[in-house]
Amino acid sequence: MQNICLDMDCTQLRAKVVSGELSSVALVTAVLDAIEVRDTQINAYITVFREQALARAAEIDARIARGASVGQLAGVPVAIKDNLCFTQGPTTCASQILAGFHAPYDATVVQRLLDQDAVILGKLNMDEFAMGSSTENSSMKKTTNPWDMNRVPGGSSGGSAAAVAAGLCSVALGSDTGGSIRQPASFCGVVGLKPTYGRVSRYGLVAYGSSLDQIGPLTRTVRDSALMLNVIAGHDPKDSTCVDAATAPLCDYTADLDAPVEGLRIGVVPELNVGADAQVQTALNTALEAYKAMGAELKALALPHADYAIAAYYVIATAEASSNLARYDGVHYGHRTKDPKDYVEVYSKSRAEGFGAEVKRRIMLGTYALSSGYYDAYYLKALKVRNLIRQDFTRAFQQCDCVMMPVSPTTAFKIGEKTADPLQMYLADIYTISANLAGIPALSVPCGFDSQTLPIGLQILGPAFSEARMLRIARMYERQAQWHKHTPNMS
Amino acid sequence: MSEKIDEVQVRKVAKLSRLDLTDTEIKEFTGQLEAILEYVDKMNQLDTEGVEPMAHCLPISNCLREDTVTDSLGADAILANAPQRDGDFFKVPRILDDNSGA
Repeated sequence: MQNICLDMDCTQLRAKVVSGELSSVALVTAVLDAIEVRDTQINAYITVFREQALARAAEIDARIARGASVGQLAGVPVAIKDNLCFTQGPTTCASQILAGFHAPYDATVVQRLLDQDAVILGKLNMDEFAMGSSTENSSMKKTTNPWDMNRVPGGSSGGSAAAVAAGLCSVALGSDTGGSIRQPASFCGVVGLKPTYGRVSRYGLVAYGSSLDQIGPLTRTVRDSALMLNVIAGHDPKDSTCVDAATAPLCDYTADLDAPVEGLRIGVVPELNVGADAQVQTALNTALEAYKAMGAELKALALPHADYAIAAYYVIATAEASSNLARYDGVHYGHRTKDPKDYVEVYSKSRAEGFGAEVKRRIMLGTYALSSGYYDAYYLKALKVRNLIRQDFTRAFQQCDCVMMPVSPTTAFKIGEKTADPLQMYLADIYTISANLAGIPALSVPCGFDSQTLPIGLQILGPAFSEARMLRIARMYERQAQWHKHTPNMS
Repeated sequence: MSEKIDEVQVRKVAKLSRLDLTDTEIKEFTGQLEAILEYVDKMNQLDTEGVEPMAHCLPISNCLREDTVTDSLGADAILANAPQRDGDFFKVPRILDDNSGA
């Protein structure tokens, strides 16, 4: 079956809609029909807004017909991770504790999609509260990988990656606290960008680890990620951590995208790369050779504290989570236990009934790390290690324009393969976590397949606010390698 | 360096976390937290003497907005999600007992 979102990227679809060659209603209908057929197996969507999406598409078509100006995403079907507040439909975070919750406001990024005339098709599955690396921690459904239905799509933005890879939306938004955009993008063979901390407003993103969380796009092409960053980036008075133009000027991320970066210096970390599977290493090395052939210089360097990133991350992220998730108290919104015997039970039973195992585990770990007597040994120590990791990158970027490494040590693993041992699941985040701790931007771009036709991603990390250059670097390779032309065989 | 976490501590942490866990969960979490903390202890291999703790990853201070009055959501929009409400209030079980002399 033909799939329009796999044949054309968002930029091309928008051009067709605006020229009148393709109506938004026809486009949105085709994708909604594809969802009806395919999503019974992929299970990327928690909620689909069929009627509302068609009504909005018709409204955009009417505006185009009468010659009104339309936005950068005019009439294009997009979808969003279900931890982004949207006044349409429920916002679940894939958790039972948010049962019945309807967001009273739109997240800033959602508002920006709407301002650019995007058609939001629905809300996408994820690990509960974005805690996980396989989307298996969702309390709603199990999302599968479009490249192999027996495998996970990655996580926590697994629904976003699977939907884009399967053509069940043109582009999607996800969130990344320790790799949750890049790792599923890698597992599903799409592009995923975690912008610099502070580049994109988090107003309306359900908080997990506030010093780490960042919203970003998952798309089929680098150009679409640049387009999406144009739409979502920029200062927001509603998020005090979102930087203004004086701190970091905005630019048109699509403008010079096809211009190769002259004299590109790529940092590689041989010590770190040997931890990845042989086929992942081969794909990485092939990509590096391609850059070399394009005139780039490879510089071997060290990130001496990278090996401590997982330890520091799982203290900091869980400490922040234990504080952020204290708001789920059974009082203000979401699930409340039946017949509590006193007010303490309103909290403790509502939370015990509403949270899944991984969320409870992280709240417990974070509470322990912050508790009296352990704060210095765990939380304070982790913050110091975090500083060392940031300094590693500061030194690295004095010698190179970007660092390249794998996204994940393996390709997509089998459903159920890692659920029994939480620590094993955490250890797979080795390559993605450092960017969140250092606050720097990082992206995943497809760089081939393993022997089982499972996608492999190349990770590009850059200095803070260097997204424009990073996207150009990713585009140099994409244009030459053309991996994005490969689509999963779903019959 | 840190001593092993035991069931007593896990029960205390569950109480601090306001999580009413079952005995099975307590047992399972004790083993899992022990394994995770043992791994996390590798941070102690690093000498961090004199290293500043970094709570935030970028050298930015808060971005302030103009202090102007804007519309708020309003009580009805907020209370629409309440598990139980009573007029303009969230309704919860009694917090003070009968002998509190209120």
